[in-house]
Amino acid sequence: MSAVGIIFSNLHDKNIAELTRQRTMASVPFGCRYRLIDFTLSNMVNSGITHVGVITHYNYQSLMDHIGSGKDWDLARRSGGVQILPPYITAFSNSANFLYNTRLEALKSINSFITNCKEDYVVLSDCDVICNIDLSAILETHVRSGADATFIVKRSYLTKELKAPTVVMESDENGRLTGVEEYSGNKSGYADVSLNIWVTQRRFLEDSVLDAAAHGYDDFTNDVIKRNLYAYNFRVYPCSDYFASVHSLTDYYMCSMDLLDANVRRQLFDVKSRPIYTKIRNSPPTVYSREGIVKNSLVADGCLIEGTVENSILFRGVKVGKGTHIRNSILMQDTLTGENVYLNCVITDKDVVLRDGRVLSGHETMPFYIRKGSIV
Amino acid sequence: MIRKKECVAMLLAGGQGSRLYLLTERTAKPAVSFGGKYRIIDFPLSNCINSGIDTVGVLTQYQPLALNEYIGNGQPWDLDRVLGGIMVLPPYQGSKRADWYKGTANAIYQNMNFIERYDPEYVVVLSGDHIYKMDYSEMVRRHKETQADCTIAVFHVTPEETSRFGIMSTDKEGRIVKFEEKPKQTDSTQASMGVYVFSKEKLFQYLEEDEHDPESENDFGRNIIPKMLAAGERMFAFPFSGYWKDVGTIQSLWEANMDLLGDRPALDLRDESWRIFSRNYAEPPHFIGANAVVGNSLVTEGCEIYGSVINSVISGDVVVEKGAVVKDSVILDGVRICEGAQVHYSILDADTTVGRGASVGCERKNASGLTLVGGGLAVPEGAVIPDGVRADGALIASLAHTREAV
Repeated sequence: MSAVGIIFSNLHDKNIAELTRQRTMASVPFGCRYRLIDFTLSNMVNSGITHVGVITHYNYQSLMDHIGSGKDWDLARRSGGVQILPPYITAFSNSANFLYNTRLEALKSINSFITNCKEDYVVLSDCDVICNIDLSAILETHVRSGADATFIVKRSYLTKELKAPTVVMESDENGRLTGVEEYSGNKSGYADVSLNIWVTQRRFLEDSVLDAAAHGYDDFTNDVIKRNLYAYNFRVYPCSDYFASVHSLTDYYMCSMDLLDANVRRQLFDVKSRPIYTKIRNSPPTVYSREGIVKNSLVADGCLIEGTVENSILFRGVKVGKGTHIRNSILMQDTLTGENVYLNCVITDKDVVLRDGRVLSGHETMPFYIRKGSIV
Repeated sequence: MIRKKECVAMLLAGGQGSRLYLLTERTAKPAVSFGGKYRIIDFPLSNCINSGIDTVGVLTQYQPLALNEYIGNGQPWDLDRVLGGIMVLPPYQGSKRADWYKGTANAIYQNMNFIERYDPEYVVVLSGDHIYKMDYSEMVRRHKETQADCTIAVFHVTPEETSRFGIMSTDKEGRIVKFEEKPKQTDSTQASMGVYVFSKEKLFQYLEEDEHDPESENDFGRNIIPKMLAAGERMFAFPFSGYWKDVGTIQSLWEANMDLLGDRPALDLRDESWRIFSRNYAEPPHFIGANAVVGNSLVTEGCEIYGSVINSVISGDVVVEKGAVVKDSVILDGVRICEGAQVHYSILDADTTVGRGASVGCERKNASGLTLVGGGLAVPEGAVIPDGVRADGALIASLAHTREAV
């Protein structure tokens, strides 16, 4: 059974406007050396999916730079491989706005891609799905159950404070989808939350999208799933592995800090024959000087550490100067800190420079973000 | 269609490197790990691409699997080219005869057809067992300027070291007047680095002659160079003053790794102007635990450090459990050092396990020798491997046996 992958790279950009100012959600740096899209791309590759389309919308230069030919994911293929699907004007476009806004509109805009694929099945995924899951097992279950579509869900505890655009799915004891709603903070407690990864037949997807276009529908959850809940056989697939998605800057911060937990790292990075791939940068090993003190931190290659680092995430090429103290912070690629800098709960974007003696602090619930290329 | 290249590099990577003992039991010397995430061969290959040489023949013979796999299509060094690029050249069977490479010169001789395809002016001959950063294009430029037939890179050694190298004596212009292979006593201190630039025609002429000389050992240092010198060919020395290290022995391999440490390392891998490329694998970032101590060390991807790591070079995927101490050591990929174990002044080959409370080597003192543990071995719990020991499978098995007896 062959499947093609489709990844939505921009849908949730507005969630973390700070980090997506100059990039897509898909190319948001995460976990020392990765970009968010690496997880779903690697999951697809590790499950034998070798043809992947990445739907883009705007700001996708950094994404193209990251993916390149796709060779780092073994997706530089003569047939298939990874394809960036840039936005273009089609007959389906809304005349007021040529670019899509919703998931369904995004799918309409790549209708020709879907039609021209040879694969029988499609795995669709958002780009901010931080997990390491076996999609081939899900595909197999989907095919065996004869479902029209299978949605991956995870049991999660919802609180009224949660403002994230979460889709809650209800199902019967046989795993058949019985209800779907966009969570609006109306209740708290355990519920099955959609991971925004689902599997379907390519023909079914094609027909659904064309049908929705004909009716002028634009909302996937309400117009495609909810309307057809009983007409089609929609199923859910429960997943118990670690999963995180990014709904806000605080969320981003918390997910990053999750990586300091050995159990989370094991579920994400230490799964046999399912590594997470990313673009190779060829940095030298990280250098720890005599004075450097590092505790409970995750560090990429290419760093130079002469100061103190605690409970932090250091991306590639970060320099920590003498007498500098970094706590509970995330320093992205090539952040340079001078001497005697103090940082607590700070997120620095790429190429930030912190001059000698700077003291900055945020809070766990409100990390302090410094924009790409800033000099403090 | 083959496009003409001005320069083709031939990298001699067939050596066994028997003085590296267990490290080269299953891999050729150029594929031996170095500096956390490199192999020795990364240095000449990166030098080539940084010098603008994009056509490299790699001559392999001894245990080539790991080396071939590592080189692959040459993509990490930007040597996956449509025209030129990297080509692995193993010994082959011809219609008339089949030969192993009899010597360094014979290896090149057997691949003259490869060189001829690119119709180069110059052939750069390199060896795959030195750690250095060098701009070969400077050397080729000098070779052209002096209208030399052969240019040999040299560096200064102390008078005590001369007996380990091929020593050149030159006149004022840098023309080589005398060459001595590992002399007991000599006036010159200019040692050959094993980096040669030849004008192709001359090289081919001498390779051909050498091949038909039954007395010859078919070796560059022992045969080709003395013959060219005796015939009065224009041979010049090219002095090199940067970092250069022959990592032919366990001790020198360890020393070269240690040269990466310190505030001003003798060999700087972070130098952006002359990057050393290597094949990278999909490893997660490394994690330093809450009670870990890491000082004056190199640590790379995939590692988990919960114990102490001092003055050491740690390769990928290494786990140092809590309470374990690693000091003055070189730890290769995939090693696990269990709780409470001590590793001092040692080289641990890939995938070794040091059991709980075991001890390998001893603190570095004048009298103590470097300890080596072979790849994939498991040092039993509580075992003691004394300093200076080369621990192979048999020794480890006897340790395990003794423990059972106790």
